[in-house]
Amino acid sequence: MDLYEHQGKELFAQAGIPVAEGRVAFTPEEARAAAEDLGGRVVVKSQVLTGGRGKAGGVKVVDGPGPAHEAAGAIIGLDIKGHITRRLLVERAVAIADEYYFSITFDRAAKMPLLMLTTMGGMDVEAVAEEHPERLARLHVDPALGYRGFHGQRLMSEAGVPVAERKALAPLLAALYGVFADRDAMLVEVNPLVRLEDGSFLAADAKVTIDDNALYRHPDIEAMRDLAAADPQEQAAREADLAYVKLDGDVGILGNGAGLVMSTVDVIAQVGGRPANFCDVGGGASAEKIATALGIVLSDDKVKSVLFNIFGGITRGDEVAKGLLGALEQTEVRAPIVVRLDGTNATEGRALLAAAARPEITVEETMLGAAETAVRLAGEVA
Amino acid sequence: MAVIATADTRLVVQGITGREGAFHALRNRAYGTQVVAGVTPGKAGEDVEGIPVFDSVADAVDKAGANTSLVVVPPRFAAEAILEAADAGIGQIVCITEGIPAHDMLEVYHYVRPRGIRLLGPNCPGALSPGIANIGIIPAEVFSPGPIGLVSRSGTLTYQIGGELAAAGLGNSTIIGIGGDPVIGTSFIDALDLFEADPETEFIVMVGEIGGTDEEKAAEVIAERITKPVVAYIAGFEAPPGKTMGHAGAIISGSSGTAAAKKAALEARGVPVGTNPTEAARLVVERLGA
Repeated sequence: MDLYEHQGKELFAQAGIPVAEGRVAFTPEEARAAAEDLGGRVVVKSQVLTGGRGKAGGVKVVDGPGPAHEAAGAIIGLDIKGHITRRLLVERAVAIADEYYFSITFDRAAKMPLLMLTTMGGMDVEAVAEEHPERLARLHVDPALGYRGFHGQRLMSEAGVPVAERKALAPLLAALYGVFADRDAMLVEVNPLVRLEDGSFLAADAKVTIDDNALYRHPDIEAMRDLAAADPQEQAAREADLAYVKLDGDVGILGNGAGLVMSTVDVIAQVGGRPANFCDVGGGASAEKIATALGIVLSDDKVKSVLFNIFGGITRGDEVAKGLLGALEQTEVRAPIVVRLDGTNATEGRALLAAAARPEITVEETMLGAAETAVRLAGEVA
Repeated sequence: MAVIATADTRLVVQGITGREGAFHALRNRAYGTQVVAGVTPGKAGEDVEGIPVFDSVADAVDKAGANTSLVVVPPRFAAEAILEAADAGIGQIVCITEGIPAHDMLEVYHYVRPRGIRLLGPNCPGALSPGIANIGIIPAEVFSPGPIGLVSRSGTLTYQIGGELAAAGLGNSTIIGIGGDPVIGTSFIDALDLFEADPETEFIVMVGEIGGTDEEKAAEVIAERITKPVVAYIAGFEAPPGKTMGHAGAIISGSSGTAAAKKAALEARGVPVGTNPTEAARLVVERLGA
């Protein structure tokens, strides 16, 4: 789960990490009130789950409530890399002396958290890594050891942080690692991490991603989920415990197992079709879950045909057939469905489908054959 | 011989009194695996159709001689179950559970790895040596004995490829599902090394997917020290960046982890890569037939 900047900063503030005082606003009026409340110069920032906000005009520094109202009007609705701005963070402007960068990523290859620090903050860190690799200090933390003071000292030394600044910066690095470890984060990134004119440090941005599998330990973070921004199908799928990702095409896809469904998406494209979604019903899916999944896939108006690709392991072919037939009983299915059943109880499943003889259903023997038929049927509807 | 699932396997099933645990314990036993014990705290003295249940893995080791564990417990308890097995002296742990927090797995990984304990998974289908033993949830009826070692991050995709190979009359030495999570105990490289050392394995098929760089690293190892022929398949060419495709580990981050990059890395090391399961199976048949 990706957090908005203001949500990440809320976690930071709870861990004692300094952030600028700010308010969340959803309308220009709320932005005006926030600016009035904060007083003086404020920064109005688009809250979207992507980078490049500054370049896109999503961050404006203004003086007072009137200009804040005006800036908010310009930023709300702004499309930043396909993300529409629906909320703003209005923050008190700070006097910046220097911009650094600090991040903690979950390094899958090393299976350890990776710390990265550079004094060249404010810019794209990948550019720093490319053009000035010697300026980007990198250090792994052995999870058995956890973060220790020496990690911070080594990093600051390698990144060339002036000695006089290290005493002020060290506790922030430790506290940010605390957020990473205590909050089950997969990413904590602060860019820029700013040094103020008074010599203190402050997290001027926050990019935090939390492990979905650990959200049960963090109900406060789960409650931060922005239901309005979620795609309606993705939201319905999450509630039904289905893995669903919306794509752009017209062939709906359902299958069991992430790998098989990814492969099915590929094959649809390879035979000249356009996949509408990725939908994994998971292992051992019941008839009811299959029916729910089909409903979600079909609730995307673009879908013109559906490919059902099941290779039973824990999932049983007869259960899948029952779920599909049940769904056809309950709701009017507006698109043709191509079914490919293999593996556990596939023979029984195919027999059930044959006995029902529904005109909406075409049964195919192979994955490739099923993909070709689904793409052809989508073309005929169009 | 085969690997991981062998005639010497003495299996304890952690979570045996649960619905899934009982189902797969019995299925594995019916296939011929020696299932010697089950563990559910508080249920010592009971049995699951003749399989004795113990309170702890330590008891299963002492009293039933278990040497391999199958972990089928809910995600909140699975990391601890793995650690318990490791602490009890179990040498091989296969974890099926999906949804274990990644930070928990960091701790587990760094406990088991230096101790030389083999962990397969989590979020994996297990290991099957056709005709010998099955540990986990792989549907054995799809596979038959043969010379191909099959290693995969995905369960059902393994079945798909296994099915395509079987249709061409080709069987397997062992099928290893390494799992789709960001932190897994056995990597492609570990599996390749096992197959390289296994006399029953003559040919290796590797099934990868988007996310991480394990396939790229495996490509380097194949060039370096794997003498047996390898064919690969990668899933997720059409996956959009930044979206988790079902498996927690299947996500393209920035420009890293794409299927195209993995295919290129493997092909640069002389490993043919199929772009769909049918093509991958055809590549195997071409090479084995020659």
